[in-house]
Amino acid sequence: MFDVDTLRKDFPILSRQVHGQPLVYLDNAATTQKPRQVIDSLVHYYENYNANIHRGLHKLAEEATEAYEGSRAKVARFIKSPEGARSVIFTRNCTESLNLVANAWGRKFLNAGDEIVLSVLEHHSNLVPWQLIAKEKGAVLKFVDIDGEGRLRVDQLEQLIGPRTKIVSLVHASNVLGINPVRYAAELAHRQGAIMVVDGAQSVPNMPVDVGDLGCDFLAFSGHKMAGPTGIGVLWGKPDILEAMDPFLGGGEMISRVLLEESTWNELPWKYEAGTPNIADGIALGAAVDYLEGIGMENVRAHEKSLAAYAIDRMSALPEVTIYGPKDPEERVGVVAFNYGDIHPHDLSQVLDQRGIAIRAGHHCAQPLMRRLDCVATARASFYVYNTFAEIDKLVEALEGAGRFFDPDAAAAARMS
Amino acid sequence: MQFAEPELDELYRELILDHYRHPRNKGTLDNATSKAEGFNPLCGDEINVEVELEGDIIKDVAFSGRGCSISQASGSMMTAAIKGRKVADAIALLGDFKRMMTDPEVEPGEDLGDLEAFQGVAKFPVRVKCATLAWHVLEDGLESKS
Repeated sequence: MFDVDTLRKDFPILSRQVHGQPLVYLDNAATTQKPRQVIDSLVHYYENYNANIHRGLHKLAEEATEAYEGSRAKVARFIKSPEGARSVIFTRNCTESLNLVANAWGRKFLNAGDEIVLSVLEHHSNLVPWQLIAKEKGAVLKFVDIDGEGRLRVDQLEQLIGPRTKIVSLVHASNVLGINPVRYAAELAHRQGAIMVVDGAQSVPNMPVDVGDLGCDFLAFSGHKMAGPTGIGVLWGKPDILEAMDPFLGGGEMISRVLLEESTWNELPWKYEAGTPNIADGIALGAAVDYLEGIGMENVRAHEKSLAAYAIDRMSALPEVTIYGPKDPEERVGVVAFNYGDIHPHDLSQVLDQRGIAIRAGHHCAQPLMRRLDCVATARASFYVYNTFAEIDKLVEALEGAGRFFDPDAAAAARMS
Repeated sequence: MQFAEPELDELYRELILDHYRHPRNKGTLDNATSKAEGFNPLCGDEINVEVELEGDIIKDVAFSGRGCSISQASGSMMTAAIKGRKVADAIALLGDFKRMMTDPEVEPGEDLGDLEAFQGVAKFPVRVKCATLAWHVLEDGLESKS
């Protein structure tokens, strides 16, 4: 295991104060902080070898190309891509990756009456792109529900994936609830000849992910949720499917031969990277992968699991607190969505902010899920490698303070019962 | 009860907390002449406002919905402030209130009364939408009527 106090020194932002208090950053499911190594990699690129890639025969272009493609190779290794870097397409973020699949695969292969199976706990990024393409193609969306504990209903998954299913797209680890059985969903999808898309936004940063073992056809994730910079994301895809689809965006870089009336496409993965890519952030994502591999993803997972277990344990002791999703930390990443009595999460978050504690309050880009859980919004504490048990103690203490402030009667009554 | 942090006391004035804990005019009207609903996608606040007009007088007004203390207290205080007043007065008040929320430099006019309690909210930009939601909904409702 690693020493958290030593590791925290790698993250310059963790030494800052917020409203006169040490920052307690518990909004990691939204975006994580960046270690010095990642920040340095950005600066180093701009100060030493900034150049456009894959063109220009000069030294700087060569170094930039090497670093950018080297980063792609690191990402491929990180998720154990069976066919290496040609499966790894750089995008802006997980959302763009999912839009790429919905558009490029959907436009070519979806027909009227085809079915797309999703779940009620999807992030808007794994919902809205499918709504758009379904409308365009006359395809039908089907939704797998959750059970009382917030687990995906496997019986419905089995029932809904049928002969008309063309796409199954599910979030691997929910940004609100728990981890979903995507490997089994992939089996079900493939049995029906459908493709399996996995939204890995919350899983790839927080646990070891072996994309071959998952058995999916596409895996989407963002760099900024895994200690990397914003503006860079990944779509991993099976090469035969990527070959069969038409490009998503057209322009430079993605072409082979261009005539006035038509063009042919570049090889994978560049067929899907039109225009000058986000070179600096792509390179820095490689630095983030190096950083996480230095810690070891099994250690990242173990640390977050123990933080989640501790948080659930301490928060469950407060009678006013409702925690959403499976209580067993094995079944979730370091995400704990909760409500505190009737206090609106916005009010909680505001009070916590004054104490330097950053949590998320709102619908977590999952409005249908909020309706399904019958709440307007939830508060959410989410952890990363640098969080500590002492920070969770501060969170719990601040929650109690907020409870006494907003609803003194209810807080007292809950304690009496 | 007070916070250790003065900023929070400024945001959550006693009057606002009182309206949050004991909302006035919460519910629906039997004889509403206009209804409107509003939604803040940032945080999921929902407010419905129902108005019963008699000529140009707001004879009765009620709000319902779910949301944070600021949005709910604002619904309560807004209805209390406009009930029994002329539509034109309510619209003028709405303008003054929105000005106070968006430009903290402007000193509120005397006629804002209790609504001045929201002045502290203007210093928390993300919460301004919470405070103005009920007023936007009222505006929608009155406009759709006219």
